[in-house]
Amino acid sequence: MIGAAMTFSRLLATLVVLLGALLVPAHAQTADTTLSPLVDALAPGSFKDRETAIAALVATEDLRVVPLLQTLADGDLYVGKTDAKVVFITGSGATLGRIDPVTAAELGEVPKADLEKVKVNNGLRRVIRTAIGQLTLLSDDPATRRSAAQSILRDADPANLELLDSGISAEADPAILQVMQTARAVLTLKTDATLEDKTAALPLVSAIGGRDALTLLTAALANAPDELKPAIQASIDGLARDRAVWDAAQNVWYGISLGSVLLLAAIGLAITFGVMGVINMAHGEMVMLGAYTTFVVQETIRRYSPELFDYSLAIALPLAFLITALIGIAIERGIIRWLYGRALETLLATWGISLILQQSVRSIFGPTNRLVGNPSWMSGSFDLGGLSITWSRLWIVIFALVVFVTLLLVLKRTALGLQMRAVTQNRRMASAMGIRTPFVDAMTFGLGSGVAGLAGVALSQIDNVSPNLGQGYIIDSFMVVVFGGVGNLWGTFVGALTLGIANKFLEPYVGAVLGKILILVLIILFIQRRPRGLFALKGRSVEA
Amino acid sequence: MTLVNRTLAGLGLGVAMTIGAIAVPAFAQDETIKVGVLHSLSGTMAISETTLKDTMLFLIDEQNKKGGLLGKQLEAAVVDPASDWPLFAEKARELIEVNDVVAVFGGWTSSSRKAVLPVFEELNSILFYPVQYEGEESQRNVFYTGAAPNQQAIPAVDYLMENEGVERWVLAGTDYVYPQTTNKILEQYLKDKGVAAEDIMINYTPFGHSDWQTIVTDIKNFGSAGKKTAVVSTINGDANVPFYKELANQGIKAEDIPVVAFSVGEEELAGFDTTPLVGHLAAWNYFQSVDTPENAAFIAAWQAFMNNPDKVTNDPMEAHVIGFNLWVQAVEKAGTTDTDAVLDAIIGLETPNLTGGIATMLPNHHITKPVLIGEIQADGQFEVVSESDLVPGDAWSDFLPESKVIEADWTAPISCGNYNTETKSCGGSTAVAAQ
Amino acid sequence: MLTQALFRALDKKAIWLVAILIAVAVLVPASNLLLPNGHPLRLPNYAVPLFGKYLTFAMLALALDLVWGYCGILSLGHGAFFAIGGYAMGMYLMRQIGNRGVYANPILPDFMVFLNWKELPWYWYGFDNFWFAMLMVMLVPALLAFVFGFLAFRSRVTGVYLSIITQAMTYALLLAFFRNDMGFGGNNGLTDFKEILGAPISADTTRAALFAASAIALALAILVCSMVVNSKLGKVMIAVRDAESRTRFLGYRVEYVKLFAFVVSAVIAGIAGALYVPQVGIINPGEFEPSNSIEVVIWTAVGGRGTIIGPIIGAILVNVGKSYFTGAFPEFWLFALGALFVVTTLFLPKGIVGLIGQYRSLTTRREQHDRSAPAAPSPAEVESSADPQPKPAE
Repeated sequence: MIGAAMTFSRLLATLVVLLGALLVPAHAQTADTTLSPLVDALAPGSFKDRETAIAALVATEDLRVVPLLQTLADGDLYVGKTDAKVVFITGSGATLGRIDPVTAAELGEVPKADLEKVKVNNGLRRVIRTAIGQLTLLSDDPATRRSAAQSILRDADPANLELLDSGISAEADPAILQVMQTARAVLTLKTDATLEDKTAALPLVSAIGGRDALTLLTAALANAPDELKPAIQASIDGLARDRAVWDAAQNVWYGISLGSVLLLAAIGLAITFGVMGVINMAHGEMVMLGAYTTFVVQETIRRYSPELFDYSLAIALPLAFLITALIGIAIERGIIRWLYGRALETLLATWGISLILQQSVRSIFGPTNRLVGNPSWMSGSFDLGGLSITWSRLWIVIFALVVFVTLLLVLKRTALGLQMRAVTQNRRMASAMGIRTPFVDAMTFGLGSGVAGLAGVALSQIDNVSPNLGQGYIIDSFMVVVFGGVGNLWGTFVGALTLGIANKFLEPYVGAVLGKILILVLIILFIQRRPRGLFALKGRSVEA
Repeated sequence: MTLVNRTLAGLGLGVAMTIGAIAVPAFAQDETIKVGVLHSLSGTMAISETTLKDTMLFLIDEQNKKGGLLGKQLEAAVVDPASDWPLFAEKARELIEVNDVVAVFGGWTSSSRKAVLPVFEELNSILFYPVQYEGEESQRNVFYTGAAPNQQAIPAVDYLMENEGVERWVLAGTDYVYPQTTNKILEQYLKDKGVAAEDIMINYTPFGHSDWQTIVTDIKNFGSAGKKTAVVSTINGDANVPFYKELANQGIKAEDIPVVAFSVGEEELAGFDTTPLVGHLAAWNYFQSVDTPENAAFIAAWQAFMNNPDKVTNDPMEAHVIGFNLWVQAVEKAGTTDTDAVLDAIIGLETPNLTGGIATMLPNHHITKPVLIGEIQADGQFEVVSESDLVPGDAWSDFLPESKVIEADWTAPISCGNYNTETKSCGGSTAVAAQ
Repeated sequence: MLTQALFRALDKKAIWLVAILIAVAVLVPASNLLLPNGHPLRLPNYAVPLFGKYLTFAMLALALDLVWGYCGILSLGHGAFFAIGGYAMGMYLMRQIGNRGVYANPILPDFMVFLNWKELPWYWYGFDNFWFAMLMVMLVPALLAFVFGFLAFRSRVTGVYLSIITQAMTYALLLAFFRNDMGFGGNNGLTDFKEILGAPISADTTRAALFAASAIALALAILVCSMVVNSKLGKVMIAVRDAESRTRFLGYRVEYVKLFAFVVSAVIAGIAGALYVPQVGIINPGEFEPSNSIEVVIWTAVGGRGTIIGPIIGAILVNVGKSYFTGAFPEFWLFALGALFVVTTLFLPKGIVGLIGQYRSLTTRREQHDRSAPAAPSPAEVESSADPQPKPAE
C-alpha cells in the first residue's frame, strides 16, 4: 500500500514537473543548462552542503524546484553512483526507471544497485518546508498558498518578511490573509522592527493561543526591547493561566482515558471473578489473544485486500469475542467446573493455563512484538479548546462505555443475565428452580472471556502486541475489581475511573513510578477500611 | 518409619533427578567444542533474547560449514534462564561445570550480567555480552561487544546539538540502572557544554509503562519554551511501543521535537506503524539498512538460515557476530580453547564489522565501534544520517567524577579492570595489599 | 515448659525429618569436601549451592504452608518476606566488600558511588555488623508482616481479598525496589559479594558451610512449625482455617492467632531469603515478582499443604524439575509448569503427600497423621461450595 502511494506520488511529481515546464511560463524560468548542475549539486557532500544547494535552487525561483524538493523531503530522490546525476525514479524492483527532474525526459532503466538515495534529515526537511513555502506563497492555488503561509508561520524565519508583505498585498482570501498576517506578526517580533510595529504584532501572536503562542512569546521575550517586555510578559502570564486550567482539564481527560483502559481490561474479570467467584489469572491472556486476533485479521487484510484495512477492527471485534469466548468456555468445561467453591484453587489452575497460553502464543507467533496498525480513523489527534485529544483514546473511551452499557443490559435485561444473577445469588435455589447451572456457568465464563478478547482488540491499538501483553494488565485488573467491589459492574466502573484519574493526578507530582506505588498502597489501605470494596454486595444473598 | 520412607523417596528422587539431569550431558563426546548460549527463551526478556539465541546457532552453523574450529566441530549448548536473574547464575554454572563449554555468549539486561559475573570469575570462563550497557565495569572474564555510553549516548547528543541546534533536553528513561547512569553522564556532559539546569528535564517511568499520555504532554509543554527541544530516550523494551504510538497520535513531529532512542532497534520498530514517526532517531553501532557487501551477505545468510525473508537484524546481533568472530580468531591464534590463553590472545585482534569498519578488541575488553545515527523510515528501517569514525569503548566514563580517574587495562603490567590513575593502584587491591 | 513443648513437637515424623536434615547437613558437605575429585560418591561443586538453594526454597514453602495450610491465609506475597530477608543479608555482604569495590570506596557500595551518592543512607547503618544484619533479617519481615497483618486481620479482610492485597503488597515493593532512588541498587540489585564472616564467599568450604546452615535452618524451621501446629495454638489455627466465624464465636481472638502465624511465617521466609542470597550470589527486585510468590504456592500445593513434609517435597521437586527442563528442554519449561499447576489442582488437591496417604489408607489403617492433614476440600470450602461467591466477612 505504501509502495503504491509512493509510486503515485512520484507520478504526481512527474506530472507537476511537466505542468510546471509547460503551463506556467509566466513564472521565472531558468534555462535547463543552468538548473541541471544546481540540481546535481544536491547529492554530494554533507547535509550542510545540501542546504546550500537548496538555497541556490530556491534563488532561481523556478517552479520546477518545488516537486524536486518535495521528492527529496519524501526521501525518494536518487543519484547515480557513477554519473552523479540526480534523478526521479519510477517503478520498483531490481531495475528502476530514471526521469530527469529538470527536463522530465526518460533516461532509461538502470539496476537499483547503481542508484543511491539522496539523504535527507530533519534539518533538511525543515529547510525544504520553508523553501517550498517561499516558492509557493504567490501560487495561484489558494490551498497551496495557505499551506505555504502556514509553513512560513511555523518556521518563522525573519528573512521571509518581504515575501510575506508582497503576499499580503496580493491576497484576497480573508482566511489566508489572516494566516499571513499572523505569520507577519510572528516574524516582526523576531526582527528589530520599531516598537510600534512590535506592539501591534503582539495581540496577533497572542491570538494564536495555546502552547504555540507561549513558545513564540517566550522566545520573543529574550530579545524584545525593554519597553515591550511587560506587555509580552503579561500576555505570557495570561496564556499560562489559560494553560493551567486546560492542563487540569487535560489531566482529567487522561484520567478518564486511562480509566477506560482499566475498565476494559477489568470488566471481563468483573464477570468471571466478580460474578462467578473464579479468580481467573488467565484473564490477561484472553486480552492478549484478542490482540493477536486483531493481528491475524490485519495480516490477512494486508495480504488479500488492503482496501479493507480501515474496517480491520470491526472485523476483528466479533472474531476476537468468539475466539476468546470459545476458549473461555473450553477452560470452564475442562477445568474450572471441577473447582467451584475452591476459589483459591481456581487461581492456581488458571495461572497454569495462563503460562501455557503465553508459551503457546510465543511458540506460534514468536516472542517479538507484532505489528498492529491504527486504521486512519484512529490515528492522530484533534484540538478541543485547549485540549488535545487523540482519536485512538477517544474511541477507546467510547468503546469502553459501549461495552459496559451492553454488559449491564445483558445482565439486567436478558434471560441469560437473569439466570446468571440467580445462580450468583443462590446457586442451589437457582438449580432447584430449574436453571441449568452448568450451562449458565459456561456461558458466564465465556462472556467474561469474550469481553476480555474485545478489550484485547482495543488495547492492540495503544500497547504492544506481544506474549507479555496480558501480564501487564492482570494485576491492575484485579486491583480495579477488588477496589470497586466484587460482584458489581458499577463498582468496576467507578473503581476503574477513580484509579485512572487518581493515577493521572499523582503522576505529575510524584512521577509515574512513585505514583503507581502510592496507588497500590492506597488500595491496600482502602481494603482495610472497606474489606468488600467500594460497592459491596449487601443483604442475605452473600451470607455463606 | 513410613515417613522416613517418604522423605527419603522425596529427597532421593529430587537428588537423583538433578544429578541425572545435570550429569548426562557431561558424557557427551569430546570431539566437539561446546559453546554456551545463555539467553532467556521465556519470560519478559524472551522478546529480545530469543533472536540472539538464533543468531548464535546461525554463527555456529556457519563456522561448522567452514570446517569448525581447531579441526573440531562446534556445538551449541542452549539453556533457558527464563528472565530470572538468579537462574542466570545457576545456568551459567551449569553450562561451565556440567556442559563443559569453553565460552558463553549471552545476557541482555545488566541484572543478568551482574548475576553471572561472579560465576565466570570463580570458574574462570569467558562471557561475551552483546548489549549496550551503562559502562562502569570491566571484568577479566567478560567481553563487552555492545556499546559503552561513549559509543552511543554522547555522539547522539553531539549530533543533535550540531545538526539540529538543540538547546533544551528531555532525558526520558525507564527507572533502572542503565538509563540512570546514562542520564547522569549526559547531564554532566550537557552542563559542561553550557546547557543550563532548567533546560534539562529528567523523567523516569516504571518497566513496561503503557500510559504515556501525561509524559508526552509534559514533553510538549517543555518544548514550548521557545528553544529547540529534543528527547533523549533510554526507555527500555516493551514500553517503547506505546510510547511511540502516543508520540505519533499526539502528533509530535521529528522536525519539531526529535526523539533519539538508544534502545529502539529494527525489532522494536517491527511492532508498530512508523509512517507518522519518520525522522525520529536512534543511535546504534549497526543498522540493518547499512549498505555494505558484508552486511548484505550477512542478512541474506541469516534470512536463509531462519527461513524467513522478513527477519530483521539488529545491533546486538552484530555484536554477537563480532564477538564470535573475535573469539574464533583468538582460539585459532592461541591454538587452544583454554581460558587464560584465549584471554591473552584476543586482545588486539581485529575483525571486520558489518558496517565497513574494523572492530578491535581493546585491552579494556570493549571494542571499537562506529556510531551511527539513523532516522526512522516509513518502512520500519533506519536511514543513516551520520556515521562517526571508530570510537574505542570506554569502560569508565569520563563524565562521572568517581570513575574519571579509573581505567581498565587487561594487559601487563596493569592487568586490572579498575586501575586508578591517581593512586596508581588497582581499585580494591591496595586494601588487599594493606591487609 | 519449653522442653515439654519441644517434646510434644518432636513426634516421630518431626524427629525423622530433623534427623535426615542433620545427616544431609553433614554428609553433603563431607562428600563434597572430603572425597577426592572424580570419586563416584563425590558431589560436584556446582551441586552444593544448587541443593542449598533448594533447601532455602523448601523453607520458604514451609513458611507459606504455616499460614496457608494450617491457618487458611493464602498469601500471594510471601516472596516479599523472602526478598526482604535476602536484601538484609545482601546489605551485610555489600558492606563486607569494603574498599575492594571497583571504586575502592571503603563505605559506599559501588552502585552508590557511580550514581554520585555522597553518604550512606541511614537505613544502611549497622549492616556492617553481622549480628545486626541477622537481627534485621528477622525483624524487618516480622515488622512488615505485623503491620500488614494487623491492619488486614483486624478489619477481617479474608479469602480472595487478602490474597489480592498481599499481591498488591509485593508488587508495590517490586516497583519500589526497582527505583534507584531507594538506595538498594535498582534493578541490578546487590551483587559481587566477596566474603561472609571473613570467609571468601565462593570457596568450597564456605559453600559447604552455607549448605549445612541451610539444612540446619530448615530443620529448625520444621521444629518451630511442628511445635506451633502441635500446640494448643496450632489447634486454634486449624480451627480458624476450617471455620473462622465459629472459632471467633467460641471466644478466640482470631485476628491474633492469624497475626501470630503470619509473623512467624514471615520470619522463617526472611531467614530463608538470607540463606538464599549468599548461595546464588545476587539479590534483586525480581524476587518480589508476584509470579514468584505464586510459584511458591504451587510448590506447597504440589507437595501437599497442611503437612510439614509436603511443602518441602514440593519445593524440591518443582525446582529440580525447573533446573532440568530449563536446561534440557528450554522451550517446554512453561508448558510443564503450567500443566503442573492444572494437574495438581484438579487431581492432587492434597498434593503428593496426600496421594501417598490415600494409597496407604487403602492398604493399611488410616494413620494418625492424616488427622492433621486437611480433607479436601476443607470444611470451610465445603461450606461455601454451594455458593461460589467469595467467602464474605461474617
